[in-house]
Amino acid sequence: MAKITFITRDNESITVEGNSGNVMELAVQNKIKGIDGNCGGVCSCATCHVHVEPSDWAKTGAPNAMESDMLEFDEKVSDHSRLSCQMKVTEDLDGVVLKVAN
Amino acid sequence: MKKSEISDPFEKARLEKGFGEMDDQNDPVVMALRHKDVRRCAHNWKTFQSGAEPGRIVIPSEVNIRDIRQIPFELDPPMHGDYRAVVEKWFKRPLEANYEAGLKCIIDGVVDEALAKSSVEAIEEFSLVLQSRALTLLFNVPFEESETWISWGTHVFRSKDSALDADKANILYDYIDNKIAESEKNPGQDFYSVLLASDVNGKKLTKEEIKGVLMLTFAGGRDTVINAVTNSIAYFAEHPKSLERLKNEPELINFAIEELIRYFSPLTQMGRVATEDTQVCEHAIKADSRISLNWASANRDATVFENPNEVVLDRKMNPHVAFGFGTHNCLGATHARQILKVLINTLIEKVKSIEIIDAKENIETLGEFKRKVGFDSINVKFN
Repeated sequence: MAKITFITRDNESITVEGNSGNVMELAVQNKIKGIDGNCGGVCSCATCHVHVEPSDWAKTGAPNAMESDMLEFDEKVSDHSRLSCQMKVTEDLDGVVLKVAN
Repeated sequence: MKKSEISDPFEKARLEKGFGEMDDQNDPVVMALRHKDVRRCAHNWKTFQSGAEPGRIVIPSEVNIRDIRQIPFELDPPMHGDYRAVVEKWFKRPLEANYEAGLKCIIDGVVDEALAKSSVEAIEEFSLVLQSRALTLLFNVPFEESETWISWGTHVFRSKDSALDADKANILYDYIDNKIAESEKNPGQDFYSVLLASDVNGKKLTKEEIKGVLMLTFAGGRDTVINAVTNSIAYFAEHPKSLERLKNEPELINFAIEELIRYFSPLTQMGRVATEDTQVCEHAIKADSRISLNWASANRDATVFENPNEVVLDRKMNPHVAFGFGTHNCLGATHARQILKVLINTLIEKVKSIEIIDAKENIETLGEFKRKVGFDSINVKFN
């Protein structure tokens, strides 16, 4: 079980728990504002963009190549951007804080 | 070759030079063909604008048949975002449970009607009907309104004899004028009334702007949805095992929808107008000339998609651009995805098999390229 905290654009902090699927799905299930997941998680829409807290970067790891290509064209990209549909919910993510980009 | 197959006419040009060229009513177009270039150009709205003369970014160009700017489609940031924000929430309604239930009811009806007949011509009798009825949900207007829309035929600007038909466009303009006037007199919960009550930056939308939004909603989702639905029917007719697999592994349906949309690419391309001298894939582009973002070609780019010419139902990484890319990504995508989701579920539930009796392909001629985008007609039997 991993506890993941989302901080939305209006600074609301919501901590949710999950143990399967990807982080985008977890966010959509919990109606996290700003995570739409329009494409269902195939890395084609960037509506699940999050900024990982720099101190958690080691836990999440860097984006894969296709994800990077997608993020490259996102206005809100940062050094710690990820598409949450490409992040598996595992114990490794326990405690991470993700700021919702949109 | 299977009837449901859609080949990729752009492969050679994409590999060899990265761009293609076509004329269109003496306003030529340079097509960006590679995935990376298509995304880069779509992203670069300052150099490749949408806010050009109304109708010019559409291919074939509609400058000779309309003056109204389609909104937010033919606007550039930051104005684009202001207008898009007004309609974005409305176009997310397909995610609501009652909307999906309404869609299920409509698609159940269309499939039941098809099952009851010995055969159906899928464009006119299935997809056009389905698209029109589903659109009543998006507009939040009575179901009966779909009968009028069905009577217009498959394309609101095109007729059998000509790719661009001004008389036909006028039917739509008159219809929209009437509907706006009705909603002004008797405001309700429909899309017209919502637009009449909306404001952007503290100013009410003008009539022209409201018409622009409505035109986009009618035109943008018509032949695209019709092609997506018809091509899906043809695909499942020839790939019964795929439908069987989705029945047994419903968790794959989301992947399947994105993959079918990638493979079909119901909208081949969309244009932009260069605001300065620039280049696409090292090919010089003059200011005020047109380029296109060729979604269909980008979606078959082997540097991004393994086995690009195959439908891989469970394709997990699928950064397709079938709904466009960047700030102008398709406003109706949520509605379109829900239609396909409900359609697939309904086929799984009700249909044992589909037979294609005969079919006539709909081929677009784009300069040296000929691309199948769907069918002019296709007779099928639902079992």
